[in-house]
Amino acid sequence: MFENLSHLALQQYWWVIDSLLGSILVFLMFVQGGQTLIYRLGKSDEERTLLINALGRKWEFTFTTLVTFGGAMFASFPLFYSTSFGGAYWVWMAILFCFIIQAVAYEFRSKPSNVWGAKTFEVFLFINGLLGTILIGTAVGTFFNGAEFTVNELNQSKWANPYGGLEAVLNLHNVALGLTVFFLARLLGSLYFMNSIEHDAIFNRSKKQLLYCGIPFLVVFLFFAIRLLFMDGFAVDAETGTVSMEAYKYLHNFLAMPLVLILFLAGVVLVLFGLIKSYLAEKYTKGIWFTGGGTILVVFALFLLAGFNHTAFYPSNADLQSSLTIQNASSSHYTLTAMSYVSLMVPFVIAYIVWAWRAINNKKLDLEELRNEDHLY
Amino acid sequence: MIENFDMSLVDWSRAQFALTAMYHWIFVPLTLGLAFIIAIMETIYVKTGNPEWKKITKFWMTLFGINFAIGVATGIILEFEFGTNWSNYSWFVGDIFGAPLAVEGIMAFFMESTFIAVMFFGWNKVSKKFHLISTWLVAVGSNLSALWILVANGWMQNPVGMKFNPDTARNEMVNFWDVLFSPTAINKFLHTISSAYTLAAVFVIGVSAWYLLKKLNVTFAKKSIVVAAVFGLITSLFTVMTGDNSAREIVRDQPMKFAAMEGLYDGSKGAGLVALGVMSSTSESGNDNMMDFSFKLEIPNLLSYMAYMDGDAFVAGVNDVINGYTDNDGVVHPPVATKIEMGRKAIHALKNYKQAQKDKNDALAQTSLKELNENFKYFGYGYFDDPYNTVPPISITFYSFHIMVGLGMWFLLLFTLALLFVYKESIVSKKWFLRSAIWSIPLAYVASQSGWIVAEMGRQPWVIQDLMPTLTAVSNIDTKSVQITFFLFLIVFTGLLIAEIKIMLKQIKLGPNHGGH
Ligand code: HEM
Repeated sequence: MFENLSHLALQQYWWVIDSLLGSILVFLMFVQGGQTLIYRLGKSDEERTLLINALGRKWEFTFTTLVTFGGAMFASFPLFYSTSFGGAYWVWMAILFCFIIQAVAYEFRSKPSNVWGAKTFEVFLFINGLLGTILIGTAVGTFFNGAEFTVNELNQSKWANPYGGLEAVLNLHNVALGLTVFFLARLLGSLYFMNSIEHDAIFNRSKKQLLYCGIPFLVVFLFFAIRLLFMDGFAVDAETGTVSMEAYKYLHNFLAMPLVLILFLAGVVLVLFGLIKSYLAEKYTKGIWFTGGGTILVVFALFLLAGFNHTAFYPSNADLQSSLTIQNASSSHYTLTAMSYVSLMVPFVIAYIVWAWRAINNKKLDLEELRNEDHLY
Repeated sequence: MIENFDMSLVDWSRAQFALTAMYHWIFVPLTLGLAFIIAIMETIYVKTGNPEWKKITKFWMTLFGINFAIGVATGIILEFEFGTNWSNYSWFVGDIFGAPLAVEGIMAFFMESTFIAVMFFGWNKVSKKFHLISTWLVAVGSNLSALWILVANGWMQNPVGMKFNPDTARNEMVNFWDVLFSPTAINKFLHTISSAYTLAAVFVIGVSAWYLLKKLNVTFAKKSIVVAAVFGLITSLFTVMTGDNSAREIVRDQPMKFAAMEGLYDGSKGAGLVALGVMSSTSESGNDNMMDFSFKLEIPNLLSYMAYMDGDAFVAGVNDVINGYTDNDGVVHPPVATKIEMGRKAIHALKNYKQAQKDKNDALAQTSLKELNENFKYFGYGYFDDPYNTVPPISITFYSFHIMVGLGMWFLLLFTLALLFVYKESIVSKKWFLRSAIWSIPLAYVASQSGWIVAEMGRQPWVIQDLMPTLTAVSNIDTKSVQITFFLFLIVFTGLLIAEIKIMLKQIKLGPNHGGH
């Protein structure tokens, strides 16, 4: 069935899948956001342990999604993988270190004789939550603002400056996206705690965070979104593949793809609805589903905006014609076809994840349960 | 041509990859093997209903969890390091190599992480059966993830199922099944997982032996030993078998590696196997990779037999590979000098092809393409000047191989003795045996790491056999960046390893009767 699709159709299919993975990843970063709130929301050791255990049962999903996102990008758009990872060396290394320290933190934190002390592992969680989100957001910002690389005729790439991608933080628009992801992750983290922990004080403190993080979130998000609509973008000539700057490119993309616009707007509404309702209602716990679902829609729409409608999804500021598009960066027709068959397993994977979680998450986590738990983080 | 490459960048990139891969490999084999041992123990618990077995399962599960976390931490970097440090490689073969990594994520990692959660948190929430299935799925999931990455590694050693596309300047997959079912990949997978099971079995026996020596948790320890020894005996036999198959595969696809493993410089008919050998620090040839033997103990004809199941068969040595030879199957291997010549032609033809395309010179494009295709088989050789630059470091490959095989034999004996002593009910009094069981734990890690040294040092200077030398695979970044990250990894991973070992030792001291906190 897939082998009959054109190469372009497969490239688009894979851009959609990668976008979906990316957007689910941002939703799942509620774990990271939650990690930055442990001391804000937990006033005693017991409360903090409760928070950490609530996150500890989910962190691996975020982590695995990140790894799968990387693998899927490699398989479907290997030129992006080689160019960006090999060039923006320091950005990716920084992100990876943030996740390396997270992976041990949960398991080691409360174990006796862990050498470095529980505090160290809590700091690891905090760094992961703070830098992990900001850096990933900033890196994705370069999808719109471009990066400094060149690609030669053998498709070998080179970074055009010695900063290894860290220069992305000098662009306010990139940083705005980084901060957006950070505050959003904190909001999602708070909503997650409200949904999955049975503890009044924690519930109320989480609720307050919706306001404290919600306001800065709105500021940076609006700055990012409005600027995006008015800025020049990287357009690709459909015939020749030549890349040029186009005024209002992303606004044009929205107008050319009304469905993407609808997804985006619907996402924004859902995000706000979840936040506002959870804040105003006495004891509303389902906000995570609205804000989380909305997050997925918004991020998904942004990825489509970056890659579809003849747009370079990874533009180069150093050499416009080196810019990567879903057409020039992709795998061969054969590989995309083979991978597409593999992608048919995704619904099955999601189904067993949901099923398994239903089975063990039938009630909220509380202190009582933690006291009887022998696998404690 | 080698002079055109920044060798310090290549060396540091290799050092970093070796460091991170070897750290990762400290934790992975125990995860792979312990997952099955736990699943077997839990199966016994469910079958017998005896709570003692539940306690046993839970104890090993705690150790599993500690080890798993640090395996994950050290693993994430490997996936991304192909991009960060080997970006030219990632493009040149990404069309083939990326797919297994993606499949690994979709198929295996999610299975692992979902059911690990059920395994740890589901004891009181799901039925016994559901829990047992989850434990088995953790084992299957972790082994599946090993499958895909080993398929990728096998493909680098023996690239199949692909075709070079000059327009994109990369290799493209033409047959997924050839990649997946390549005999190199299959042998590699089977040998790697069975050796991991062996390591885990040694681990369980060693820890249990410590309890017996201390006269602690005696029933618990004996029961654990029975499970581990049976499991270990079967899997170590399988390790020997699959290792043997791998070697036979290597004779054909990577004859230089085979010669290095055996320290065979000049091939012959009826070649003998060096059972024990010591390399001197001198080299008659003047090549640092080719040290002479100062002592060796040879078993006549055995090498020929191992390689071709025929004691009189011809086995090629390093010099034969360099000078060209006809192997026992009748395949003619040209001298490396000829390969270099052909490789240069291929590289040159690719350049001409690209230029011709730019100039819209169809005729030149066609002839260049033809020349490229005729010589592509030895593309990578074009980067070398001296044939002897294609010789891997012999002594380290030779020693690693012999250490691995020797230890493999010892583990077979260890499992057999463990079963025998348990059967005779004399194990508690066999102090010497218990002590050697404890000492076998580090030895299992040595064997396992040695295996990777054989596989990866033995194939130098290739990152993809015959097509891409390691030195052309690196990212275009400055050496300093790689040096800094090398030391960061060294510090972070060592810090985590120390914590891991301390936590493990503490849990072992606390023993199975301590809730698991
Ligand atoms: C006793 C007989 C053994 C034989 C004949 C044997 C043979 C081999 C060979 C030929 C390779 C190289 C494969 C390649 O380069 O592609 C290899 C690799 C390896 N061996 Fe062994 N081995 C034995 C025992 C062991 C033991 C006891 C362990 C560990 C407990 C072990 C662990 C490994 C590992 C981890 C690798 C790297 C993965 C691979 O390339 O398959 N081996 N072995």
